[in-house]
Amino acid sequence: MKLWVPVTGAIVVLLGGWMVATAGWSLPPVDNKQTGFRGTGMVQIIDHDRAVKLQAANVPPPSPYDPDPTGPRAKETYPGLQLLGDLSGDQLLRLMTSMAEWVAPEQGCAYCHNVENMADDTMYTHKVARRMIQMTRTINAEWKSHVGATGVTCHTCHRGNPVPKNIWFAEPGPGPIAGNTGWVGWRNGQNVVTSTSNSTSLPYDYASDYLLKDNKIRVHTLTALPSGNKATIMDTESTYGFMVHMSTGLGVNCTFCHNSRAFNAWDESPPQRVTAWHGIRMARSLNVNYLEPLKPVYPAERLGRLGDAPKANCSTCHQGQNKPLNGVSMLKDYQAELGGGTP
Amino acid sequence: MLPEYQNFFTRVQVRTAPDPGVPVWGGRYERIGTPFFSYWIGKIGNAQIGPIYLGALGTAAAFTFTIGFVIIGFNMLASVHWNPIQFVRQLPWLALEPPPPSQGLKLIPPLNQGGWWNIAGFFITLSIMLWWLRMYRRARALGMGTHVPWAFASAIWLYLVLGFIRPVLMGSWSEAVPFGIFPHLDWTTAFSIRYGNLYYNPFHCLSIVFLYGSVLLFAMHGATILAVSRYGGEREIEQIVDRGTATERAALFWRWTMGFNATMESIHRWAWWFAVLTSLTGGIGILLTGTVVDNWYLWGIKHGMVPGYPDVFGGVVDPSLAPGAKP
Repeated sequence: MKLWVPVTGAIVVLLGGWMVATAGWSLPPVDNKQTGFRGTGMVQIIDHDRAVKLQAANVPPPSPYDPDPTGPRAKETYPGLQLLGDLSGDQLLRLMTSMAEWVAPEQGCAYCHNVENMADDTMYTHKVARRMIQMTRTINAEWKSHVGATGVTCHTCHRGNPVPKNIWFAEPGPGPIAGNTGWVGWRNGQNVVTSTSNSTSLPYDYASDYLLKDNKIRVHTLTALPSGNKATIMDTESTYGFMVHMSTGLGVNCTFCHNSRAFNAWDESPPQRVTAWHGIRMARSLNVNYLEPLKPVYPAERLGRLGDAPKANCSTCHQGQNKPLNGVSMLKDYQAELGGGTP
Repeated sequence: MLPEYQNFFTRVQVRTAPDPGVPVWGGRYERIGTPFFSYWIGKIGNAQIGPIYLGALGTAAAFTFTIGFVIIGFNMLASVHWNPIQFVRQLPWLALEPPPPSQGLKLIPPLNQGGWWNIAGFFITLSIMLWWLRMYRRARALGMGTHVPWAFASAIWLYLVLGFIRPVLMGSWSEAVPFGIFPHLDWTTAFSIRYGNLYYNPFHCLSIVFLYGSVLLFAMHGATILAVSRYGGEREIEQIVDRGTATERAALFWRWTMGFNATMESIHRWAWWFAVLTSLTGGIGILLTGTVVDNWYLWGIKHGMVPGYPDVFGGVVDPSLAPGAKP
């Protein structure tokens, strides 16, 4: 008997079985929640165990003590203060303590401050931290369309890490950066396994396209017949890759923001899509005005493979939840320090 | 022996001296390979493997296919920087991409800007055409009808629309499908999204009808014949002209259950046309997309295909249209 037939068959069956078994399944129980009109597929599918774990992992720290808002202003006590001068001494002290907890619980004050001279502005972390406070205030003041009254604090992104876990850099794809300049093996910025493309074979540098540059996300034609829309299938794949990022970053299905039959139609969309729309503009504005301009301040080891500054995307704050930190507002305890009202 | 057919797998295996097949006149090449029997292949088909007729067309088709296949494979390997382990691990993700939109319809764009796609596509297409000719010639040589090559031609039509005819009409190779497992699926989704949901493309609807219809017919026919094989029902061809009790029972079964039955001959026409129309109508649907219709959902609204649903979300408005909206 010829052995190669059963041997080949067995290898195919084993490999196939192995691929199927290791495909990253969500095990039951899986919850589902109808969100739109019946029969339209408007539903959120929730991996129950994962949701429980996420909720436990995103509990915000307990509310701090109420600081005394009276007494001399911080700028009178610390004449060199460039920011936060209108706070009371107690408020400033509490904010600094909280920031140490949020950002550098291990290193403490010394992560950003020269402890010999707290006013010293030579440490890069000190410069970045000042800019980050300004950024946080801008978010809370100017981006209520996205963050609402819940607002954000340093903890929303940092969660006890000096560098937030979910940041992004311009993504040249795996392998040597010059690798695509040869004569064979062109990837067209996709078709390889990367974490940024969330294990799809979609384009992996969509963040540069939409969260730094303002490339067109919309690819649809708004007339039934052709009317000059030049958006290509590759443009669509970039948008698609970005949408997968949003879906993964927020832990939601496409139908959280989109209706199931015409992704572009606003009049049939859930209202969350408007919040997300503002979120995209917010992330882009923060990257352009705050994060990328910090590039000269950072030491080389903080920069990406292409030498760019670390930047924010949806996951930076959301971390797998559609409402970061289970929707709890930490800002309410820090209105004077980080709220929108303060300059 | 007859009840042996009542099984999901073939339980009867004929073992004689290997059958070389009927003599054929006029061919320049001979059948090659010494036939042998495989027990496990016998479980799903004829246990005899070989001989095979390759001939001039078959050899040319195999040769051109190999060129295309190797070009695709080496591009995939190069895309993971010649790492054979990553090549195997990431194979489903890897692809050979068509040229970017900037290259338009250039015959041979720079090799690493899709040029390889054009070359590989040329050889694969040539191979498919040669294989079609080979099928046609082999069918004729055996004195058969040419139903198989014409059914294959329907699939080739869809393939040509996707990779050649539509890109040419759109003026850009970038509209074509990449060679790759996940990448071609991503292409399919992106294609539907870009053109406003292919679900509302009537030819897509037809294609699905014929596809699902093929599946249904296949299940009905396969089940019917297996069910009457205890009466010799699998000898379908003889029963076209000489109905036996198997045919009578099968026909009666369907007349009882749905009032109508196909015949031993016509059921095969049903199956053939459903299968052929799947890719034929699908190809028309693809061909019209982007060339004639740019948003199928809006086209569907225009032509009364789209049902209206109650507005449960309270009238969301595009925020980019709000006065003073940030871009």
